[in-house]
Amino acid sequence: MSKFVMPSLGADMESAVLMEWKVKEGDEVKKGDIIAEVETSKGVIEIEIFDDGVVEKLLVEPETDCKVGDTIALIRSTNDSLEEDMKQDIPHVKEENTEIEVKQEVPHANDESKTEEKHIKISPAAKKRAKELNVDLSKIILKIDGKIGLSDVENAVKKTKPDTKAIDGMRQAIAKAMSRSNAEIPHYYLTASINLTPALKWLEGLNSNRSISERILPAALMIKAIVLALKKVPQLNGFWKDDTPQIIQEINPGIAIALRKSGLITPAILNTQEMSLDETMKSLDDLITRTRLGKLKGSEMTEQTITITNLGDLGVESVLGVIYPPQVAVVGIGRIMDKPWAENDMLSVRKVVQVTLAGDHRATDGRIGAQFLDKLDKILQKPQELL
Amino acid sequence: MNLEKIKKIIITEILNIAPEVEEKEIEEDEDIQESLELDSFDFLKILTALNEKLGVDVPEADYEKVDTLNKMVEYFSKRLN
Repeated sequence: MSKFVMPSLGADMESAVLMEWKVKEGDEVKKGDIIAEVETSKGVIEIEIFDDGVVEKLLVEPETDCKVGDTIALIRSTNDSLEEDMKQDIPHVKEENTEIEVKQEVPHANDESKTEEKHIKISPAAKKRAKELNVDLSKIILKIDGKIGLSDVENAVKKTKPDTKAIDGMRQAIAKAMSRSNAEIPHYYLTASINLTPALKWLEGLNSNRSISERILPAALMIKAIVLALKKVPQLNGFWKDDTPQIIQEINPGIAIALRKSGLITPAILNTQEMSLDETMKSLDDLITRTRLGKLKGSEMTEQTITITNLGDLGVESVLGVIYPPQVAVVGIGRIMDKPWAENDMLSVRKVVQVTLAGDHRATDGRIGAQFLDKLDKILQKPQELL
Repeated sequence: MNLEKIKKIIITEILNIAPEVEEKEIEEDEDIQESLELDSFDFLKILTALNEKLGVDVPEADYEKVDTLNKMVEYFSKRLN
């Protein structure tokens, strides 16, 4: 029997609210199956199981706040029938009824306002945070259909008082991880200017034959090229753990995705090492969409092996990143700019991008980083091989 | 289709893709990506949604002709009327 515990879905996550079980007792589960939805300050995240087995017991009720590490279910492994001793560390946090009835004006798009009764579900985490932050829930209800989540409450605070020191879980998480990174990781930085004209011309040709929904963005092309370069220089894809570097076979780049006015997260595109350019684009599209909807999987929040951050859309020329521990590298992509470019004794104008690698000097040396940037450059000069 | 109607459809799609944006933030002659903090993905999604709604496919080479609300209205109205 194994205990399924509330996983940590971020460097600073202390607890999460179990929203809904996706399995019931007696169900057979396979590694990777989603067994529950939990709500954190980063939104609703689907959590997966890591072993095959049968769900023996679900230990917590939906809408219970669980600490990271709390046992929330018991899984009987398919190839083990022995019962082990189990500690009784089962949380029993009962939440009061979370359905409230609201009577109020509901604006309608095409007719005049009328009074209507609405049943609104409010998650316990949201309710608690609303109390802490003094948010008037009836004001949020006006804008929401069905359910109020934690992020709705936090957003409401941001909208009403943008300058207050609202307790912002995501900010705290970023602060903690980045402070740790800066304190522990001896970073080195290497930058290469890469001529992207051949790659962009090739992409333009490819996209011109495609309908708008099938077009590839340069961002996806860059990710695919970085993945290929990492295959050749795998030392940058992995972790620094227990004072040793660990190279990981799967290439799961965490993609820095801005939530516009409410922070940043870096969920992973999993297993990019097997993806074509089209698949990379599709996965990136899907990941960004789900990130902004707050619908990520636990594995996407925890299994990043390297980070890619692209601030080109905002006009910056280069990005010197801070490594997210325990990863050992972050690749920063700047804006693609028209620049004078000397080649074969000729001066011309080319589309140029600055790619910066920040490496953990404990895990790799500058030489490895330089090899990576060199491979990346070479790959981008032969874009047809990126398909 | 008249200009006002096209404009309304475009605004609706922008707000769909970027729910954090408020309608009054959309300045007619400002670059929508810059002023609304949209990235290239959002922009592509807006064009994809408009393609579905209006049946107009904006080729990549024309992206700079649709970078503000007013330019979008003009671009789409030319191709719809």
